[in-house]
Amino acid sequence: MNRYTVAVLVRNQFGVLNRVTSMFRRRQFNIDALTVSETESPDLSRITVLFDGEPSMKRQLVDQLYKLPDVCSIHELDAENTVSSELLLIKMENDPVTRSDIRAAAEAYEARTLDYTRDAIVMQITGESRRIDDFINLMRDYKILEICRTGVVSLERGSTTIRRDTRL
Amino acid sequence: MILSGADIVVRTLIEQGCEVVFGYPGGQIINVYDSLYKYQDELRHVLTAHEQGAAHAADGYARATGKPGVVFATSGPGATNLVTGIATAFLDSIPMIAITGNVMNAQIGTDSFQEIDITGITLPITKHNYFIGAIEQLADTIREAFRLAVSGRPGPVLIDIPKDIQQAKCDYEPQPPVTPDERFPAKDVRIEQAAECINKAERPFLYFGGGLLSSEAQDELLEMAERIDAPIGCSMMGLSGIPSGHPRFLGMQGMHGHYACSMAMHHADCIIALGVRFNDRVTGNRAKFAPNAKIVHIDVDGSELFKTVSATHGLRGDLRLTLQKLLPLLRQTRRPTWQDMVERFQTEEAGQRDLRDGLTPRNAMRALDAHLGENTPVVTDVGQHQMWAAQNLSFRRPRRFISSGGLGTMGFGLGAAIGAQMGTGEHTVLVIGDGGFGMCLNEMATAVSQRIPVVILVLNNGVLGMVRQWQTLFFDKHYSNTVLDRKTDFVRLAEAFGAKGEAVADLPGLDAAMGRAFAENGPYLIDCAISRDEFVLPMLPPGGSMDDIIVKVGD
Repeated sequence: MNRYTVAVLVRNQFGVLNRVTSMFRRRQFNIDALTVSETESPDLSRITVLFDGEPSMKRQLVDQLYKLPDVCSIHELDAENTVSSELLLIKMENDPVTRSDIRAAAEAYEARTLDYTRDAIVMQITGESRRIDDFINLMRDYKILEICRTGVVSLERGSTTIRRDTRL
Repeated sequence: MILSGADIVVRTLIEQGCEVVFGYPGGQIINVYDSLYKYQDELRHVLTAHEQGAAHAADGYARATGKPGVVFATSGPGATNLVTGIATAFLDSIPMIAITGNVMNAQIGTDSFQEIDITGITLPITKHNYFIGAIEQLADTIREAFRLAVSGRPGPVLIDIPKDIQQAKCDYEPQPPVTPDERFPAKDVRIEQAAECINKAERPFLYFGGGLLSSEAQDELLEMAERIDAPIGCSMMGLSGIPSGHPRFLGMQGMHGHYACSMAMHHADCIIALGVRFNDRVTGNRAKFAPNAKIVHIDVDGSELFKTVSATHGLRGDLRLTLQKLLPLLRQTRRPTWQDMVERFQTEEAGQRDLRDGLTPRNAMRALDAHLGENTPVVTDVGQHQMWAAQNLSFRRPRRFISSGGLGTMGFGLGAAIGAQMGTGEHTVLVIGDGGFGMCLNEMATAVSQRIPVVILVLNNGVLGMVRQWQTLFFDKHYSNTVLDRKTDFVRLAEAFGAKGEAVADLPGLDAAMGRAFAENGPYLIDCAISRDEFVLPMLPPGGSMDDIIVKVGD
């Protein structure tokens, strides 16, 4: 089992996310995370797929993506050459007993406090998924009320872009 | 010029070279039907009995001609009735344009009367589909649909058009028919690697499928077979791709394929697979499939190359263009040892042949074969009769065997036969079982009203024979729900529809009936009684390998 990050440029059209995820579902690809975002061009959206599987499955996933007419470009990102980040929002119970421990951890992880009320603290951190996993694990010692994370987005290092082989 | 959306639909179809549309009207496509009335001299519409029949007719038309078949249906049930037909075309890579009406844009998403999300429903069974949100996109979307349907690996495309778009007005300028995307050969380096692999082989086997027909690579295939001295086999979808009588041709491979063909493939050390997808009905147990063979797989769809059987050399590209580049790299060779082996398989196959007298399925097919012209399209439904036809009939021209392969759609036959006849103008044959005929006999009405010259040969055994065969072999003869025990009189049924028909009970009777059927300028049904205990043989049991092949069934 390997982990793959695949960046896909798609035509920014109604229902395109559905086309991509519907294909993943019916062919039973095990998708770990998926993000969709706007790009530098209003005609294109970027889908970042985090996928766990054998190399043959990854190959099939890429080959099947190529068949979707809305897909313009596919690029497999290798971990060495890629910067990745995601964002976490986490809501903790604001209990006087645990408050200071939570704040200490938050400080260590450079979490920003977005909301602070008598009963709850909402914090935000960004960074590599691993760092976010670690922070969540720390928080499990206290009472987590809610978690929401965006899924990872990735870009290659340097001036390389995935648009060079874009077909529209 | 300023036209309504409905007029733009019809004018764009005419502009793209569409000559006939199959369909069924309804409330949300009524505007398009009004335009059909206006342009009836330029675009023929065939009203079927059911939308499913219309979809199969468009499919049959496309299979017989290579041009996209076009089908219309209204929203809701009209659209959902197309689903089986679209899926049938999708699984066999058949170009089709399905156009459905829908409720007005303002009502979309409110569960209005006869509103259905047909683009959602058909997402996994179309190459692509479109919902038209603005009339300005309409003509270009239809053009793009035509281009997509025939480019690369062909397939069905659906366009859903809300009623307000059909009513709105917009500027329309005619354009020339779209050209398919440019074809490309596989990469040179891959071709060189493949050539090296083939040149090293001692027992090469050429295996082609439906992709050979789409790419029209027959000549290149035959030249390659001569050059490397290899036998040729095909999948069911490849049938009629090369003349059945070709001396190198061993017939169809697969679950019910020819023994010699399956044996040659099993013993090959290099399988050159052209436009196929190694379906489970072809490979059986994949772990035991062609154990000693390297596989050179050429297909225009790269996702097929490593999907079920992992190719040693996967070449993504157009078949014909790739073979043209591959051919000069192949060494001219004679392989007497391999040919002797293949001949031995053929002798063994001849020894297994069913030589009984009387109205056996094989004899019925041979009687039919004698009546087939060079260009006669033979359409089948799905089941035992389909396999008997595939095994025993001979084809001389491409696109003359028309059958639902991938989806295995019972009820495909009659609609597809109507479409194939209209596409070719040839007197057409439909071979069908009594079960499948029960699923599509409503289209007898269409065949009669359109005066379709089609010989409908119903192999009537009173049972669902293929399922029954499995029940005999694998379910201790528990004939659960496969004995039809119906009292349907197919001859009188044909007459009730306004067609002619007769029942036959022996071989000379069948031959004489076929003479009359081919002389009839319209549908002619032959109710041909066969035994319910006939088997399709040989048979590779599902999930089995060549070691498990059944060539004879004891009592």
